[in-house]
Amino acid sequence: MAEDAIISFKNVSFSYLQEEDGSAPVEKLALDDVSFDIQRGSFVAIVGSNGSGKSTLAKHMNALLLPTSGSVIVEGIDTITASDEAPWELRKKIGMVFQNPDNQLVSSIVEDDVAFGPENIGMPPEEIRKRVDESLKMVDMYEHRRKGPHLLSGGQKQRVAIAGVIAMDPDCVVFDEPTAMLDPRGRREIMAIIRKLHDQGDTVILITHFMEEAAEADRIIVMDQGKIAADAAPAEIFSKEDLGVLNVPFAVKLSAALRKAGFDIPAGTVTEEKLAEFLCR
Amino acid sequence: MAVRDITLGQYFPGDSCIHRLDPRVKIVCALVYLVSLFVVRSFWVFGLCILFLAAVIILSGVPFRFISKGLKPVIFLIIITMLINVLFIRTGDPVLTIGKFYITNEGIYRALFMGLRLVLLIFGSSMLTLTTKPIELTDGMEKLLSPLSKIGLPAHELAMMMTIALRFIPTLLDETDKIMKAQTARGADFENGNLKEKAKALIPLLVPLFVSAFRIAGDLAMAMEARCYHGGKGRTRLHQMKLGRVDAVAAIVMVVYLGCVIASRYININIF
Ligand SMILES: Nc1ncnc2c1ncn2[C@@H]1O[C@H](COP(=O)(O)OP(=O)(O)OP(=O)(O)O)[C@@H](O)[C@H]1O
Ligand SMILES: [Mg+2]
Repeated sequence: MAEDAIISFKNVSFSYLQEEDGSAPVEKLALDDVSFDIQRGSFVAIVGSNGSGKSTLAKHMNALLLPTSGSVIVEGIDTITASDEAPWELRKKIGMVFQNPDNQLVSSIVEDDVAFGPENIGMPPEEIRKRVDESLKMVDMYEHRRKGPHLLSGGQKQRVAIAGVIAMDPDCVVFDEPTAMLDPRGRREIMAIIRKLHDQGDTVILITHFMEEAAEADRIIVMDQGKIAADAAPAEIFSKEDLGVLNVPFAVKLSAALRKAGFDIPAGTVTEEKLAEFLCR
Repeated sequence: MAVRDITLGQYFPGDSCIHRLDPRVKIVCALVYLVSLFVVRSFWVFGLCILFLAAVIILSGVPFRFISKGLKPVIFLIIITMLINVLFIRTGDPVLTIGKFYITNEGIYRALFMGLRLVLLIFGSSMLTLTTKPIELTDGMEKLLSPLSKIGLPAHELAMMMTIALRFIPTLLDETDKIMKAQTARGADFENGNLKEKAKALIPLLVPLFVSAFRIAGDLAMAMEARCYHGGKGRTRLHQMKLGRVDAVAAIVMVVYLGCVIASRYININIF
């Protein structure tokens, strides 16, 4: 394990038990001998087609699932040991935001919902108040703090869900397709928050089907049928043809075309911002 | 869509001293008031009950038409109860005789008495729900019941269930609406037909609704676990309930009121 790895997977395999009607349950291998380290403070994107095991992988990071074989070490502690004793000690360090904002909000008042996590870890009330207000301001939802979630848009609900996670002051936040159900504007807002979290020094893990989002990460892990198919910087991932990597982002295609036309675009120009920055210089 | 407009509970927003009362105190006061209605034996003491309720209503600033709305669903029940009293109480002097059939003054007296008691019961409990946010009610209930958790009553779990139910009523209503539209598009008819046909038409609505409710429950349980939920043990709360001056005053008023009502049973004032 590297010195400053916050999460470390060692030969992790995981099978779901699938109950077929009548017959005995069959094992379905969802993770197949997966090993990797996540550096503290890094921004890692995980991509891959439906059913490739991304969510299963994510749920191993906060002991929602435990490996069938191999081990997952989070902050130096094996998740199997952690979940035996007090899984919430681990879960307050590794926050998780899910795809459907509706199904992860607990309370009918926004600020009470954000307080849910801190309440669970026994934070003193004054501290909770402070953390709730700070988190709501960070996601720009402070003025909606007394509303009911059913009055908010999908993007706003997702921002509340993120506030609920960062109110616990985690070291790392895992986002499992946080923008999948949102419109382009909602997606932009969520990405802005993710960037902000990363800039603050938090470790960010982003599972996504949008290559434009993945391009913003320091590193992309490509999953395929429970295995890691590729693990490299975005520029390198997008330059590989054989991975069949889904849609290469527009900025990458444009850079390649410009390079062909004789422009000296530096390698690693994978986001529109970076490209624009370079071209405008 | 219309289902979104359904207000949760019937909270009437306000900032009166009644609204500001600690939910625990308010729940206990409401219970005491409801019990007091069963202690009353004569009409003139009901005067005291009405006076007390009127004072609370005026203090709370909730318009009367909001309170009387609570009567609508039960008005039928009240009328039936009164009719049964009129028709079946055979003691007392007959005041109206039609052939073999007669109505007694005692019957009318009991009917009015019961009717008034039921109306006051509804108004009294409405005042609690009108002036307390649903979430405060569940919090208050959890706190009040928590001593009973020592003898095995799952106070925290009950309160959490109510909180989640409150949160997901709009979600499930939305879901119902979506499924109804989807099934209508497939030719289902929810509006026409007799009772049996209507009941049958509900099946293609209820089955998907249950499936999606279970899916939501699964997702939510996972999200709650990811957010460190592990039952009520070691849990703190954002909103601390603190008893203040208003609460002390309310408690004293309530004790005096209950004292008067109980005392009235032993004092004979013969007006009626
Ligand atoms: N609860 C479960 N029971 C049985 N099998 C499951 C369960 N959850 C997932 N699987 C299976 O495990 C495999 C990996 O699923 P996973 O949800 O991790 O994929 P994913 O990469 O997150 O897909 P998506 O992009 O659709 O979210 C899939 O083949 C899926 O069918
Ligand atoms: Mg998934």
